[in-house]
Amino acid sequence: MNTATTASPAMPAHWRDFLALTKPRVMTLVVFTGLCGMLAAPGHIDPVLGFTAILCIALGAGAAGALNQWYESDIDGKMRRTERRPLPAGRMGRETALQFGVGLASFSVILMGLAINLAAAAILTVSILFYVLIYTVWLKRRTPQNIVIGGAAGAFPPLIGWAAATGSVAPLPLLLFALVFLWTPPHFWALALFMRTDYSAAGVPMLPVVAGERTTRTQIGLYTIPMALAALAPWALGLSGMLYGVVAAVATAVFAVLAARVAMRTTGEADTMKPEKRLFAWSILYLFIVFGAVVVDKWVA
Amino acid sequence: MGRRDDEIRARQRQRAMVLGLILGAFVVLVFAITIAKIKGGMPH
Repeated sequence: MNTATTASPAMPAHWRDFLALTKPRVMTLVVFTGLCGMLAAPGHIDPVLGFTAILCIALGAGAAGALNQWYESDIDGKMRRTERRPLPAGRMGRETALQFGVGLASFSVILMGLAINLAAAAILTVSILFYVLIYTVWLKRRTPQNIVIGGAAGAFPPLIGWAAATGSVAPLPLLLFALVFLWTPPHFWALALFMRTDYSAAGVPMLPVVAGERTTRTQIGLYTIPMALAALAPWALGLSGMLYGVVAAVATAVFAVLAARVAMRTTGEADTMKPEKRLFAWSILYLFIVFGAVVVDKWVA
Repeated sequence: MGRRDDEIRARQRQRAMVLGLILGAFVVLVFAITIAKIKGGMPH
């Protein structure tokens, strides 16, 4: 019997699922920090080339997100937060996601290299490989330090933006890199505190799962200190003006207060985790404010 | 079976349209990049 004539072909994935594969929400922060890195750089970049550079950063981040979802489809299916993603929900095949991710990554790097410059293309390549190989494949399932080291992947965009505008890197974008790198642990551990059961069910060794809530809270408090120093360093070192200094100081003070509340409290059985959710929400807004201040400060100066 | 085939065709059509739009946008982008590069390379 010829089964080929009776078998129904597989339903092709919807184009919206390809978009979902790129983690558009995460991409907004990546694009914004990349744009700020570019706008804070000295000199002038042609708007078309600037747009192309930001597009490449967005596509590179999207590719990294797609490859992350390709590799993590098994654990995504075990977490409420991620179970509706295209792969665990069965709306797309893994091979399709892999091809899409590799294709998009290659395209973004080649376009960046040809249209902008090799320095930006090289850093973009490192950031994609770091996120996929170092964070996703190597660290995430092995150590509670996954997001500490892996945080570097999300810290590259300001460097890429700066390199796109100037062809090199400088102390200011390196400090912005340090800021995002040190911001990542308190940001993700705040999330991990109220998503602990999800991570536990999926077997991801996030700090609250492995070391407990008390240690995580202490670490959130401790990491906020170097993060605050990195945020104030551009002003202290004379790389940005008073406007940035004031905005960064106020925004960081709010962050520190929220982080201190999370660090010092203990929770009962039916705790709603409001301070943790507040810290998580503020941490996102915080990066927008501080990076925005870097650009506005340059324009004002 | 017929209904499923229709669904598959509809989805393929949608994907083809989106891909077409993306390719069109890419052509415009390459043209704009070329003009920007030529302008950037011109002596003032």
